[in-house]
Amino acid sequence: MTARKRLGLIVNPIAGMGGGVGLKGTDSATTLQRARELGATPRSGIRANVALSIVLERLGDEVELITAPGAMGEEIALSAGFTPIVIGSVTGGETSPDDTRHAAKVMLDAGVDLLLFAGGDGTARDICGVIDGHLISLGIPTGVKMHSAVYATNPRSAGEAAARFLIAATPRSREAEVMDIDEELFRGGRVSARLYGMMRVPDLPRLVQNLKSGSSGSDQAVLTGIADDIIERMQDGALYIIGPGTTTREIVTRMGGQKTLLGVDLFCRAEAIALDATEAQILNHLDGIPARIVVTPIGGQGFLFGRGNQQLSAEVIRRVGPENIIVVATMDKIAGLRGDPFLIDTGDPVTDESLAGYIRVVTNYHTETVYQIA
Amino acid sequence: MNSIHTPRAYHGAKWDEPIVLDMGAPGERGYIPPAVEPEIAASVGDGASLIPAGMRRSTPPRLPEMAQPSVLRHYLRLSQMTMGAHITPDASLGTCTMKYSPLVNEEMARTPQMGEMHPYQDDDTAQGILEIIYGLERMLCEISGMDAFTFQPAGGSQAIFANACIIRAYHASRGEAEQRTDIISTSFSHPIDCAAPAVAGFRVITLTPGPNGYPDLGALKAAVSNRTAGLMMTNPEDTGIFNPYVEEFTRIVHEAGGLCAYDQANANGILGITRARENGFDMCQFNLHKTFSVPHGSAGGSCGAGGVTAELAKFLPAPMVVKEGDRFRWDYDRPDSIGKVRSFHGNVQAVLRSYAWIMAHGAEGIQTVAETAVLNNNYLATKLGAIPGVSIPYGGNGHRLQEVRYSWQDLLDETGVSTEDVRRRIVDFGLQGYFTSHHPVLVPEPFTLEPCESYSRADLDEYATVLGHIADEARTNPEHVRAAPHSAAIHRIQEDVINDPARLAMTWRGYQKKQGAAREVATS
Repeated sequence: MTARKRLGLIVNPIAGMGGGVGLKGTDSATTLQRARELGATPRSGIRANVALSIVLERLGDEVELITAPGAMGEEIALSAGFTPIVIGSVTGGETSPDDTRHAAKVMLDAGVDLLLFAGGDGTARDICGVIDGHLISLGIPTGVKMHSAVYATNPRSAGEAAARFLIAATPRSREAEVMDIDEELFRGGRVSARLYGMMRVPDLPRLVQNLKSGSSGSDQAVLTGIADDIIERMQDGALYIIGPGTTTREIVTRMGGQKTLLGVDLFCRAEAIALDATEAQILNHLDGIPARIVVTPIGGQGFLFGRGNQQLSAEVIRRVGPENIIVVATMDKIAGLRGDPFLIDTGDPVTDESLAGYIRVVTNYHTETVYQIA
Repeated sequence: MNSIHTPRAYHGAKWDEPIVLDMGAPGERGYIPPAVEPEIAASVGDGASLIPAGMRRSTPPRLPEMAQPSVLRHYLRLSQMTMGAHITPDASLGTCTMKYSPLVNEEMARTPQMGEMHPYQDDDTAQGILEIIYGLERMLCEISGMDAFTFQPAGGSQAIFANACIIRAYHASRGEAEQRTDIISTSFSHPIDCAAPAVAGFRVITLTPGPNGYPDLGALKAAVSNRTAGLMMTNPEDTGIFNPYVEEFTRIVHEAGGLCAYDQANANGILGITRARENGFDMCQFNLHKTFSVPHGSAGGSCGAGGVTAELAKFLPAPMVVKEGDRFRWDYDRPDSIGKVRSFHGNVQAVLRSYAWIMAHGAEGIQTVAETAVLNNNYLATKLGAIPGVSIPYGGNGHRLQEVRYSWQDLLDETGVSTEDVRRRIVDFGLQGYFTSHHPVLVPEPFTLEPCESYSRADLDEYATVLGHIADEARTNPEHVRAAPHSAAIHRIQEDVINDPARLAMTWRGYQKKQGAAREVATS
């Protein structure tokens, strides 16, 4: 008899309340107040209930649910039919980001096999900052802003994915981006998305491998393949402007260097020229030397520029030259876009338009695919 | 007769059957011939001494020693546990072209004149089979528009690899081997169109499909450059959609200096209708074990027939059969050949079976095969398209050719039942589990069906009835579908375990080497 699987659950009960009333998020207490005045009702719990019911249906007694008190999990767990273990505490009144972070810390200490959370980008950020890659987690999409790549496509698929991950003989996980935008700017009509970190999420191929199709290879092997391909073709003396992400970081790691995960870094081969560079710093380094930009699209969304890498501005792209943009991505990431094209939003329509069409993407060693940019 | 929602009942046989190499006992024999008469023994001697000493084994091979009925019983049981794959309606394995192979062809392949031939036999004693090889070459040239064919590759993958090597040899002969590094393919082509050129040392660029299911010219133009060595693609692809831009594709690649190789493993819907030559290809390959009715899977040796234009014929693997007057011989003197891709002459029995199959059909019959396969496919697609939960991605393309890649995504969204669940459940109704998709998996929750020309309308109706029934079950009793199979010989295969390289064994020797570790894991 194998040990029961331990599933953690954190619900942000107010996530998504701003959406229906046009408020684009509920990150601050005043916005939440405004949402309530406009008649918003909590919906996060209802959606979490859908996911939990599926987990219970699939796994029954094989899973043990560990959750936070009250509206942050306990109530939903009970209504879905679980008898949860409730740990931690919640401050009185409205729940806050502190409560989310506290609950995440408790889950981390408890060492759950998978942490399900119901919320949006704000919730993902709070949790990501605490668990720091030490837990595998998956989002039930209930927020207004969901720019991160850490959610299942809907509550039902979150439940399915959680169940499949927990019963898998050899569960696999991968890193996915946690993004968030500035709500104030967003309400004003401007999107300014930042990459806040990476979360480990279940890596469930959309189907179990068939005998005939074989294995597509491990995520790490593919990342290594991509990195080796870029390194093999590197030009001596050229400046490599390397965007955020695990795929791009591996290139520098393979050369023995160190790259920031979330920043845009400048390298000449393994030599770091500048880490976490601003747009101005990048532009300063562009004088008189050939340069390449290396970027990877954001998982699930396909943004190449304009989300999480605003330092790579229209001006930077123009100076480097569109022909010197190198895109890298695993084929799984490409397939995850479901045929939707790559997106670019530099804020400069002329630059965006100049990049529209098709671009080659390095997907493994000596392997590329051609993909459309909208 | 079955109604639309009640498929027939089935239960698979299950035997606790050991591996044949673990069976039998020392001294057990299938058949003991009577001792030879003394006169014959005196005249011939012991027989063994006729074999040169250096070629005699010092120890007998470690084969199982078994009585004849035990052997027959063993294989009958295995065939029961695998649903008698030879005759099960097998529309399930889309892109494998699992058609019925007439037994008369099998009988011919097993005659002593074929079965007891040796590849080192003198050409003078092998004129019959050499004529058949030559004859099949001429027929495939007619079917494809190519000028020469090799039958040495023992599968489609080897033939495609040979084509990749020919592309390399062609550019090398023009002094452009260093420059021509890139092969272009498409996402819905067979993965071997990428894997083979990668093994041959090329960089591979795949084109992802647009909204119609195939890549457009813009995608191709983004990939083509002066580094382009060639295009290697399937058409129709595994969606059953024929890329209507293919002539433009080959023209653009030719203009860039590349060659074009046509993967014709999906040829069953276009035989006698369109040809590689007219589509602008320089080379192609047919899988005799698919399109031309040679049994495959575990049922027999396969053959990838590789065809090329006259300009490229000198690069084909050696030897080739040539005709001189009324005689045929193997020609080994081919200095520009890429060399061998397979020992001896490949699977010559496959050539014989295909020759017989084509001769039985004639030119008109071949075209009827394609038309019937397309008709069957669209009949099944129409029936399946009416099942709630089934969708046919990239719709709006009209009829499909030989196969369709369907999606159960709608069913999954509605009921939580996935394509893998349905795949296991159909086995409960006596049908083979279906093929989902090659990589990359661009169609969500995919399943790929290919009802060839050999299935009757009743077979297809039964198939649709089973899938309709399961879709109903997914709504009324999803747990029953997810827990399937219930009536099969093996309840559930742990796919991640059988794909584990540490335990996967392709030979008995490999199995012996790894089984200790495997048994340890299985019991832990």
